[in-house]
Amino acid sequence: MATQQISQEGISQKFFANVVQERGVWKVNAENMHYRELNTLLRELDSLGAKHVELTNVYGQRYLGTDLKTKMKIDIYGTPGNDLASFMDGPSIEVHGNAQDCTGNTMNSGQIVIHGRAGDITGYGMRGGKVFIRDDVGYRVGIHMKEYMENKPTMIVGGTAEDFLGEYMAGGILLVLGLNLKKGEAHRARYVGTGMHAGIIYVRGEIGNLGKEVKKMEIDDEDLTIIKALVKEYCGYFDKDFDDVMKGKFIKIVPYSHRPYGRIYAY
Amino acid sequence: MNLDNRLVVNPFGHDKDFAGCSIFGMMSLEGNRFGSKDPVKAISNMHERSNGLGGGFAIYGIYPDFKDYYAMHIMYLSKDAKQRTDKILASCFNIIYDEELQTKPANVIDPPIIWRYFVEPKKNRPKDQTPDDCVLDAVMRINTETGKAFVFSSGKDMGVFKGVGFPEDIANYFCLEDYEGYLWSCHGRFPTNTPGWWGGAHPFNILDWTVVHNGELSSYGINRRYLEMYGYKCTLQTDTEVLAYAVDLLMRKQRLPIKIVSQILASPFWAEIDQMEPKKRVVLRALRQTYGSLLMNGPFSIIVAHHGEMIGLTDRIKLRPMMAATRDSMLYLSSEEAAIRLVSPNLDKVWSARGGEPIIGRIGNKTAVQNQSKMEIE
Amino acid sequence: MKSYLPPEYIVERDENKCIRCKVCVNQCTYETHSYDAEDDVIRSKDENCVNCQRCVTFCPTHAITIKKNPTAYRENANLTPEVINDIKKQAETGGILLTGMGCDKPELTYWDRILVNASQVTNPSIDPLREPMEIRTYLGAKPDALELEYSNDDVELKTQLTPQLTLEVPIMFSAMSYGAISLNTHESLARAATKAGTYFNTGEGGLDPSLYKYGEHTIVQVASGRFGVHSQYLHAGAAVEIKIGQGAKPGIGGHLPGEKVTAEVSRTRMIPLGTDALSPAPQHDIYSIEDLRQLIFALKEATNYEKPISVKIAAVHNVAAIASGIVRAGADIVAIDGVRGSTGAAPKVIRDNVGIPIEMALASVDQRLRDEGIRNRASIVAAGGFRSSGDILKAIALGADAVYIATAALVAMGCTVCQKCYTGKCPWGLATPDAWIGKRINPDIASERLMNLLRGWSHEIREMMGGMGVNSIESLRGNRLHLRGVGLTDTELKILGIKMAGD
Repeated sequence: MATQQISQEGISQKFFANVVQERGVWKVNAENMHYRELNTLLRELDSLGAKHVELTNVYGQRYLGTDLKTKMKIDIYGTPGNDLASFMDGPSIEVHGNAQDCTGNTMNSGQIVIHGRAGDITGYGMRGGKVFIRDDVGYRVGIHMKEYMENKPTMIVGGTAEDFLGEYMAGGILLVLGLNLKKGEAHRARYVGTGMHAGIIYVRGEIGNLGKEVKKMEIDDEDLTIIKALVKEYCGYFDKDFDDVMKGKFIKIVPYSHRPYGRIYAY
Repeated sequence: MNLDNRLVVNPFGHDKDFAGCSIFGMMSLEGNRFGSKDPVKAISNMHERSNGLGGGFAIYGIYPDFKDYYAMHIMYLSKDAKQRTDKILASCFNIIYDEELQTKPANVIDPPIIWRYFVEPKKNRPKDQTPDDCVLDAVMRINTETGKAFVFSSGKDMGVFKGVGFPEDIANYFCLEDYEGYLWSCHGRFPTNTPGWWGGAHPFNILDWTVVHNGELSSYGINRRYLEMYGYKCTLQTDTEVLAYAVDLLMRKQRLPIKIVSQILASPFWAEIDQMEPKKRVVLRALRQTYGSLLMNGPFSIIVAHHGEMIGLTDRIKLRPMMAATRDSMLYLSSEEAAIRLVSPNLDKVWSARGGEPIIGRIGNKTAVQNQSKMEIE
Repeated sequence: MKSYLPPEYIVERDENKCIRCKVCVNQCTYETHSYDAEDDVIRSKDENCVNCQRCVTFCPTHAITIKKNPTAYRENANLTPEVINDIKKQAETGGILLTGMGCDKPELTYWDRILVNASQVTNPSIDPLREPMEIRTYLGAKPDALELEYSNDDVELKTQLTPQLTLEVPIMFSAMSYGAISLNTHESLARAATKAGTYFNTGEGGLDPSLYKYGEHTIVQVASGRFGVHSQYLHAGAAVEIKIGQGAKPGIGGHLPGEKVTAEVSRTRMIPLGTDALSPAPQHDIYSIEDLRQLIFALKEATNYEKPISVKIAAVHNVAAIASGIVRAGADIVAIDGVRGSTGAAPKVIRDNVGIPIEMALASVDQRLRDEGIRNRASIVAAGGFRSSGDILKAIALGADAVYIATAALVAMGCTVCQKCYTGKCPWGLATPDAWIGKRINPDIASERLMNLLRGWSHEIREMMGGMGVNSIESLRGNRLHLRGVGLTDTELKILGIKMAGD
């Protein structure tokens, strides 16, 4: 397919060498680009109304996807740096590889699909949008996710998570599937949901060591409907078998109260 | 040779950006020596994590022709200091060969003179003093008595090159392109507690132990006082120094294996220990009771190296990042995965460290062990 | 001889509020209040009032106020009213002036001039409400190194650790003897210590058999009077403490006035009814350090090496050298009691003038033991008027393994520090051996009050630790970098081993 050097109006000249447009997709070679330059370029493409951007040779550039106004689609090849999609509001990002730490930090809306694992502190303070991670995530994931009316963040993790999952959660949905655990192996995360006061964590498989503010419960029909819809989406992105996944046993983790620390202070 | 492999110089100025430190380790598990290109490329990629006030490298296997002698890299801030140091060296050692470290102009700040000596301990030292202890003793003396001389490294067939500048500039300054080693550990520094000075950069070293560290030890005050009881003097104004001495005390002097040592430095919580089966519980409780003052509190991820082994470890609730990866017989440890991918886009296995569990790479071992889960390489 | 002393306090009663319920008459043990049936009025003898606040607390209509007697001598910063009255008292009696509780003079507390660190940016705080914050402590001798045996994947411990005490919070209840305090108070301390996973100290008056069931949380004390010391007593506790001295009265012995030697005290201490129970100044078998070593090992033999042996000393001038000697003599724990320590009875002049502050003593002992390379051989417990979790945290940062509290424990149970413990008439039921007044302490309630104190303080300690970025107390212990001083001289900073704030 012919690559055409279409007139790059609206893009700074210094970026010309890195960008080609090919059948409606803007292809950016991020090699040796500093994250500030890369993000500036993304903003310029954004203001031009670019619908679909592909980044290649990404090695650790941070803050990709921040501060974009449209709902553009960004495909990332390589390893994006920390704080991917932090404060993101709208765009849809697909990572063809692993992501690092702080992905989706205070994300407002939009979507992230990761064909691999994500690191620590994923989804910190998420306020909306959806994050799909094929494999495992690290420590302190889903901290202080929050929701209001229709703004409800969702995170689906295909593998397992480490300690402090859903700490201080105040809203939203966290679903952990544990698909790569061995038979009979339980999720090993500890201190799950400590300080949680709203929101729901669904877990497929066995999980122990919960924070003292939360309890395990059986799921009901409404939960099942939600879970099925999310699993369907997950399987679609990562080519997994829906029925296989749904064979597992799901439970939910919810907080005891909205005000877990009300009694701890004295006059 | 001009190595220009970091990301494009940030034209927007450095003031607004800050992050933590960066660490990177690369080891051939077959002991094959390799050059500086990949380690320097990887650590430079993590440029954002440092602020130019420190960078450094520890390289193992660089002096094959002198490998039976202790190679001392010593930094001098004054001529007097060199004279006093030379006196101490002459009294403890036979000096086989010495010269100034080769350097070339680079973007580093106020470099001091750094000298390299190949020495062997004299035979007339006290009978119960091993050669290693003789060197340890000399190092403590040089660091405390000369005023302005500090030892960068004192191991056999290895060396530490460090200073005030970005790691890529330090590599340039010390002509690291001329060296080959089978294990490289690298560091880029963002100091906040102490001013940038050449002695304060990482790696920290004693004998052939080196440590690079990302994080801050909130327990430093007591770690230091405990080590001082055993004759280690902390003079380099940086908390990481205690890590180097701690591994020397525990691993060399007391011969504790790394698995035990990581349970001292990053002990499990009492709640976990109470749930263990009796034999294990007794051991772990005794470790904390005895070595509680060496518990490293505060966020940390470290790479500890000595001949034949590279060890990655994070604090027990993993407040700092550490990724590991393998490709053929090469083991990588890094603060960020992107740096590893940059030098080796195709990796056999990639995984994240778990809090308090060491990742151990050992020459001849095709397994990079991570405590409970063994990661098979071949 | 006519007494020239004016009443210290004046009792004021609001006649409109007083409902003549006579609670004040019944509650006062000093016979201050009396009811005149004819005039239907309650009268108060000001000269009896000691300002214990019992009647004030229990009056249902808050009709009573105790005021300091405003009959003021002419103002004089040097010859204060207290000084003038003390001289007159001695002129009238020719005796040693006694007092109770701890030294109340200003300027001797360093805790208020030491400040604590918190982390920001470079080292994050840890949230104690959600993350584990460990304050468990083990007291006892620790080895310099461990010997381990490895087989396949198994590790076994070869080194035998000497017996340890396990404290879930680094706070224990300090020695208060039965006789100085009531049996119900002793029981309250025992129960609270058991529930909280810590220990209480019997003091030098022996242990009533009804409390043997709390033995696993008891430290039995052996003092110079050897009151109540027999084989079962030694075996009953979890540790044995040799009392050499205490902070309130360094150098002199214990003193239980005859008024407080009741039938029960007589039985437990094995002395005649009504005699003054005097513990001699020195332990008569300890005249030199090697004698102490001998006694320590005598106790170890007597308890089959199953219990840690503690030695308690007062903080005096060369406390560092003394402590070093004690550690080398084989003690597993060294307890140091500072000048603010409380007592049931002590000569006032000694309480207020003898001894040094615990802050200085602790800092110098901890440093000296490290300088000599022997800090591991014994745990250090600090005592002497700890008032809050802030004081305790600072003590641990200076180097204490744990602290003893007594003053605060009594205050938690009702004490208002009126300093009249030596009369044996404590209306709160605390510092009295009288079984009837002692009933006023209900161990269910009093132990709950103590538990609340320990719980509240533990939470506060965890909050401060979290603020410093430390989640295990081992990392705070002796970590003086987390302390700074304010208003201290260079020498004071040097002895405390801390820097000036801002440095």
